[in-house]
Amino acid sequence: MDPVLLARIQFGVTIGFHYIFPPITLGMTVLISIFLGLHLKTNDALYEKIAQFWISIFIVVFSIGVATGIVMEFQFGTNWEKYSRFVGDIFGAPLAAEGVFAFFLESTFLGVLIFGKNKVSKKTYFVSSLMVMIGSTLSAFWIIVANSWQQTPTGYAIVNGRAELTDFFAAVFNPSTIPRFTHAVVGGWVAGSFFVAGLSAYFLLKKQHLVFAKKSIKIALIFALISSALQIELGHIHSVQVGHTQPEKMATFEALYETRKAAPLVLMGIPNEKEQKIDYEVSIPALLSILLAFDPDYEVKGLNEFKKEDLPPIMPTFFSYRVMVGLGFYFLMIALIGVYLNWKDTIANSKPYLVLLLLTIPLPIIANEMGWIAAEMGRQPWIVYRELRTADGISTVVSAGEVLFSLILFSGLYLCMFALFLFLITKKMKKGPVAAKAGY
Amino acid sequence: MDLNIVWFLLIGVLLVGYAILDGFDLGAAILQLFAKKEEDRNAILKSIAPFWDGNEVWLLTGGGAIFAAFPHVYATVFSGFYLAMILLLVGLIFRALSIEFRNQVDSPAWKKFWDKAFSFSSLLVVLLLGVALGNIFIGIPLDGQMNYTGSFFTLLRPVPLFVGLTGVFMICTQGAAFLLLKTDKALYQSARSWVRMSWLLFVVFAVLTTIITALTDASKISLLFSSVVGYLATLLLLAGVILVPLFLKKEANFRVFLASSAIIGAMFLVVAGTIFPNMVPAQIPEYSLNIYNASSSQRTLFVMLIIALIGMPIVLGYTAFVHRVFRK
Repeated sequence: MDPVLLARIQFGVTIGFHYIFPPITLGMTVLISIFLGLHLKTNDALYEKIAQFWISIFIVVFSIGVATGIVMEFQFGTNWEKYSRFVGDIFGAPLAAEGVFAFFLESTFLGVLIFGKNKVSKKTYFVSSLMVMIGSTLSAFWIIVANSWQQTPTGYAIVNGRAELTDFFAAVFNPSTIPRFTHAVVGGWVAGSFFVAGLSAYFLLKKQHLVFAKKSIKIALIFALISSALQIELGHIHSVQVGHTQPEKMATFEALYETRKAAPLVLMGIPNEKEQKIDYEVSIPALLSILLAFDPDYEVKGLNEFKKEDLPPIMPTFFSYRVMVGLGFYFLMIALIGVYLNWKDTIANSKPYLVLLLLTIPLPIIANEMGWIAAEMGRQPWIVYRELRTADGISTVVSAGEVLFSLILFSGLYLCMFALFLFLITKKMKKGPVAAKAGY
Repeated sequence: MDLNIVWFLLIGVLLVGYAILDGFDLGAAILQLFAKKEEDRNAILKSIAPFWDGNEVWLLTGGGAIFAAFPHVYATVFSGFYLAMILLLVGLIFRALSIEFRNQVDSPAWKKFWDKAFSFSSLLVVLLLGVALGNIFIGIPLDGQMNYTGSFFTLLRPVPLFVGLTGVFMICTQGAAFLLLKTDKALYQSARSWVRMSWLLFVVFAVLTTIITALTDASKISLLFSSVVGYLATLLLLAGVILVPLFLKKEANFRVFLASSAIIGAMFLVVAGTIFPNMVPAQIPEYSLNIYNASSSQRTLFVMLIIALIGMPIVLGYTAFVHRVFRK
């Protein structure tokens, strides 16, 4: 088998699985901080009960995130040795910074959050939750810095066949860092808020823990509404940046073959690579040009402008992008309805809506995964955009058989972990927030 | 001062920090095998549960720092030791799952399973890291392109294996010393006997490792005593080895922990003193990765130094705070 393909599949499997969890925790830390903040302010024991229950759920999500995250940091070296040598001068620093500024902070204060409730003051306890939130957000920042540099590298020069840092801040704040960081973090907020809202809906459907669940669902849905609304604009900002800095990626998102003014926005369709068109196309005329530059006459570059060997695969990029965008609008709609039902105070009896909310739990996770697939497939065939090809980045000393072995090992292990995750969450939900105890 | 040397030292500090801190929870995890009662195993886990994740971050940060400061070391070692690295990752995954999930279900069989998983994955992690360090100590086969040319079994040569076993007992001593600080009654008595046992086995295996090294490659020994660092490392090691039982007898428990930590620091100093200025000695000396040919640019080393100088004092500050919160 092709060692490059195997290494890519392994990277995809391990990061794809990992990426289910940290976004949920990103959103949950904000909610937990809000609940603890409200407890500090109002002294209402209900908020503390709410916080404790979600912390106990948080631990399960976070643990799997940590366990699978370690693999990511080592995998550049184990499977992408040529890449590691090429980018080490730039790419290693954000990874180390993530350890120093983020991992220590979140793991240390999570210890306080889980085990320290009776050992620290209420205020310190609240501050610890803020530290966990800041830590996980900083972690997202540094890893996205590293990944964004692969997308839109700046602040470097090629010396002796490898990238050397020339300007640290230019490398850190490369053109895609901020658009991607904000988009990914808010994607986490959407995932975390619908996770909490959906699980709260479960209690309302079961007519259990009503006071607890109504309070949880209300705050979670308000947070979901803010995040989903924000996300649409952040997604737009990110797309504009891609349009300007990685035109072939934008052309792939839209399966736009010919360069043209007044480019349409494709809502649906199936790219036909042979005839260079989109079958069953449903699109809005000139909207892509307008969205990218507020100008219907703006010229958008088509795929035919580029050498064929420099283009990303169309199908996975085109479809994952569309699913993500579609889901983004769905989240806004469902959060709006939820906030309205809360305002009317009828949410506890709106059975169809609650069922829908419960079923929505996995969708933001899918949206995050699709966004990631669109972003990284759209970067192909480059591992560092226009500098190093993915196929030239792998470890030459590792055999295909060895990668196959580790791939099977990780896949089996991760399947078991996912089953374990579902089992533990279900178990905690059945038990409910009665004396939720986090630690030992 | 030479930034490359500074980074050699800083990575040493990160690795020693990792070994001392994660060492106590890894060691306690292995010793848990010998705790017969469920409540004792629970008490052991309880003593390390708030810290283990923060401790493991030292390894992650160490890995990131090696990537950033010496990318060729990161690339050569991680790809060269592929299967060992994969096993290490599996061990680390099981560790994280075991300690976090063990008390999530109230069933003796469930707890027993995760306790065993926790102990054996910890043992695997310590053994693999020790064997890896042993390989760095005696050198590995590299070609002119900085690529590892050995196999998985090359890693299992006698000296690295003995370094690995010595490391296991060293880490058990550390874990037992930590338990002295956190336990009472019968479990405390067990911890005392664990310190004694682990210390004894450590001394025996350290001597055996020295003998085997002298028999297979005497140059390592003479290399060690060719520098001041080598003498300092040896003195520190001897001091630690002598002080552990002395403090144990006096029940000066925190000092036992310090003496055990000194042993760990000394062992790393022995390796660092022998290989410097190489980071990965090759069997063909001119192919070795050293602090210059394997490093990042001066600019990156400088930027990283700033990051470390800003970040690490903050980290040490709140780590100390949390340890105070969780005093016995």
